[in-house]
Amino acid sequence: MALVVARTVSVRRTLRQSPVDEPRWVQGALIASSLGFLGLFLFAPLAAVFTEALRKGLGAYLESFREPDALSAIELTLFTAAIAVPANLAFGLAASWAIAKFNFVGKSILVTLIDLPFAVSPVISGLIFVLLFGLQGWLGPWLAEQDIKIIFAVPGIVLATIFVTFPFVARELIPLMQEQGTEEEQAALLLGAGGWQTFRRVTLPNVKWALLYGVILCNARAMGEFGAVSVVSGHIRGRTNTMPLHVEILYNEYNFAAAFSVASLLTLLALFTLALKALVEWKRREEVSHALEAAAAEEGR
Amino acid sequence: MRISLKQHSVLPGFGLTLGYTMVYLGAIVLIPLSALFFKTAALSWGEFWGIISEPRVLASYRLTFGASLLAAGINAVFGFIVAWTLVRYPFPGKRLVDAAVDLPFALPTAVSGIALTAIYAPNGWIGRWLEPLGIKAAFSPLGVTIALTFIGLPFVVRTLQPALEELEPEIEEAAATLGASRSQTFRRVILPAVLPALITGFGLAFARAVGEYGSVVFISGNMPMRTEIAPLLIITKLEQYDYAGATAIAVVLLAASFLLILLINLLEWWSSRHHRKGA
Amino acid sequence: MSIEVHHLTKTFGTFAALRDVSLTVLSGELVAILGPSGSGKTTLLRIIAGLERPDEGSGPILFHEKDMARRNVGDRQVGFVFQHYALFRHMSVFENVAFGLRVRARFSRPSKQQIRLKVQQLLSLVQMEGMAERYPGQLSGGQRQRVALARALAVEPKVLLLDEPFGALDAKVRQELRRWLRRLHDEISITSVFVTHDQDEALELADRVVVMNQGAVEQIGTPDELFHHPKTEFVMSFLGQVNRFHGRVEGGKVLFASITVSTPRLEGAPAGHARVFIRPHELDLDLQENGRPGLKAFVLRIYSAGPTVRLELAAESGETFLAELSQDRFQALKISAGSTIFVAPRDLRVFGSGNGR
Repeated sequence: MALVVARTVSVRRTLRQSPVDEPRWVQGALIASSLGFLGLFLFAPLAAVFTEALRKGLGAYLESFREPDALSAIELTLFTAAIAVPANLAFGLAASWAIAKFNFVGKSILVTLIDLPFAVSPVISGLIFVLLFGLQGWLGPWLAEQDIKIIFAVPGIVLATIFVTFPFVARELIPLMQEQGTEEEQAALLLGAGGWQTFRRVTLPNVKWALLYGVILCNARAMGEFGAVSVVSGHIRGRTNTMPLHVEILYNEYNFAAAFSVASLLTLLALFTLALKALVEWKRREEVSHALEAAAAEEGR
Repeated sequence: MRISLKQHSVLPGFGLTLGYTMVYLGAIVLIPLSALFFKTAALSWGEFWGIISEPRVLASYRLTFGASLLAAGINAVFGFIVAWTLVRYPFPGKRLVDAAVDLPFALPTAVSGIALTAIYAPNGWIGRWLEPLGIKAAFSPLGVTIALTFIGLPFVVRTLQPALEELEPEIEEAAATLGASRSQTFRRVILPAVLPALITGFGLAFARAVGEYGSVVFISGNMPMRTEIAPLLIITKLEQYDYAGATAIAVVLLAASFLLILLINLLEWWSSRHHRKGA
Repeated sequence: MSIEVHHLTKTFGTFAALRDVSLTVLSGELVAILGPSGSGKTTLLRIIAGLERPDEGSGPILFHEKDMARRNVGDRQVGFVFQHYALFRHMSVFENVAFGLRVRARFSRPSKQQIRLKVQQLLSLVQMEGMAERYPGQLSGGQRQRVALARALAVEPKVLLLDEPFGALDAKVRQELRRWLRRLHDEISITSVFVTHDQDEALELADRVVVMNQGAVEQIGTPDELFHHPKTEFVMSFLGQVNRFHGRVEGGKVLFASITVSTPRLEGAPAGHARVFIRPHELDLDLQENGRPGLKAFVLRIYSAGPTVRLELAAESGETFLAELSQDRFQALKISAGSTIFVAPRDLRVFGSGNGR
């Protein structure tokens, strides 16, 4: 009865092939269209940035960073992020502690309000500060009397940046801290730790990867924000231009190579952000799988 | 008073952190946002209607919402394929591709804008192949759609991925043992199960596209009545010191975004209830 | 419809899930595949269903003498009940059961009316009338199990396969559902195979039991055969409680724990090292030595809450083992913890180093 059944399926398989899967040509076609779509919409623009930046050679590429206007744009971008990121980090920690560790009336409304800036168009994010501090705005006339300039000046840029990056840290921390509960903190307090010690030694280490992730995203958006900043900046070269605004000016002056050079720096920042994000996710997964392994080992005795 | 509104807890710092949260939220978000609505309230209904029913404004709304809807639709289809292949099939470079899906999140919109323009312009890598076919990609409504597709992609992929990962393989095997073909299984079993995630991703991509500015203004060409998006018109009005006009256009846009987010939240709430019911 | 599989082998990467497994299930039979986790029992079931492919070079899979090895899952006319039921959670109970009928090609699809009737019949068969509009999330585990069964039966399968059908249920429901399933099987007499790691379930429910270990079949037989005539050490120790002693076989006798017993049940064990298996209820206890080869032991603990009394004993040689006796016998003996008693095996099995696994 040892009848050997001939198989049409080749022994070497690269794609998963179980009897309930799609035929392999369907799998191949789906992968191809997926990669084709991403190629057209993701990888081509990415490659274009660097190709255009280096079109006039490496010398011209490096030269474009020596220009004083470019340098001051870089400086202003770093300055803005240096204020916006810590400010939203402090807020994120405070908000997530209050929301994740306590139960109080109106909590879900508060969480929704924190996410609000994500739903606001960048242009509108700039507009609201113009309405508040601009010459025709609520506080405009009074500010003009005191000779304080917010709109078309650095404070406006910083404020608009804080607004658009507002939820990043908080929204990474809140769900994770809610999931972790309060048992560990209660244990720490019972063991005699103070509130601040408990936060620093128990809560913070538990959320460090999410915290890092939130800060990375917050920073990327702070340095890259265009629409909101464009509305409040006034586009004064060398004074109120951030890097993205500088890219726009160079581009509109048909100075493409220089525009893409500055853009390439921002692109590198984006790639760095993605790499860090991948690393953080990998770290988090590793921690989870360690925990799962330990649990499995325990179960298997 | 607050004590009675809050469950007792032994953890310290509630008053301090909640107080700080409220003050910061108020100062940075709520007060500035309310400025928009107070400014609008200063307009009479006639004035408001006059502004938003100008032909140029209407054209910009039509473009913004139309292109956003189309882009979200394209993303729903291709984003589904991308998420599906990333979850189901092994292929070389998969992890790199997976990480790259977030690029539109991380890349400053101005950079995306000039990069997309460079490719889809008539002399660009892709534009030069489309030109002889009579397709004008950049500086046309199509260009706007391309930019909005780019920025919306991660929303669809990232909401679908976990939903697809959660599907138990047994469900599909059960369908197969009951005689369903692969396409029947997809239509009747897989799609209904991930539909809430797909709609959420679609809605998020749509909401994001409606407000998008940076990646669009370079590729669109900004011709009034043809390729001028609503956010750009806000800036144009502001540059003419027409604060009332800018505000009125913005309020409509913002109301649309809020409505979308509300709908998405309702859907999520509904489907999580349904899900629990069906767990 | 009968099922035959011949020389099945399946490897996942480097892990051999099945090694040369052959099996015949007669038409109308209810067969259990029993084994510890990782023994390959579920893989075997999934290969029969067509959910996995066996390795190249495996023999045919015959349903009623027709080779199914290359047939698709959907063409095998197999009803499969998954361990966690795999109900479609976005469909009502009715829609779940109707699914297999609704996905049929147009020409063989029953009318709406016929489908409704069929689903209602099945729901009453599994005692789920009145639950048709519920969703899976609104059902208890046992109810979901019965819906899964009705769904599998809706396509009128020739063969019913069940993967750990009671695995996810709590003990009481499990007992009820077990008896109910046996009655149902007798009613519809469909060839059925189910996988379980629970020996009680297999022995109580099945006509025949296939015991598997590490990807291979250890023994196939009726529950009685397996329990009373285990062919391998593994079957002996997997089914029911058993005491295991190390001993020696010498001149047709076996020596262990300071006693020597002559027994016909040497199972061909060669002279030399051997393992001796005695079930707790096969030990006779007495207060005095009564001529039979008896083993002196101390009572360590007594578990008397139950239909029988179990004693934990320690032999003089230090080995501990269990004995089981009736409540009456226990009362008569008047044993307490610390007593010394004499233990004589009524029956035992010996496996030499050769034929044990």
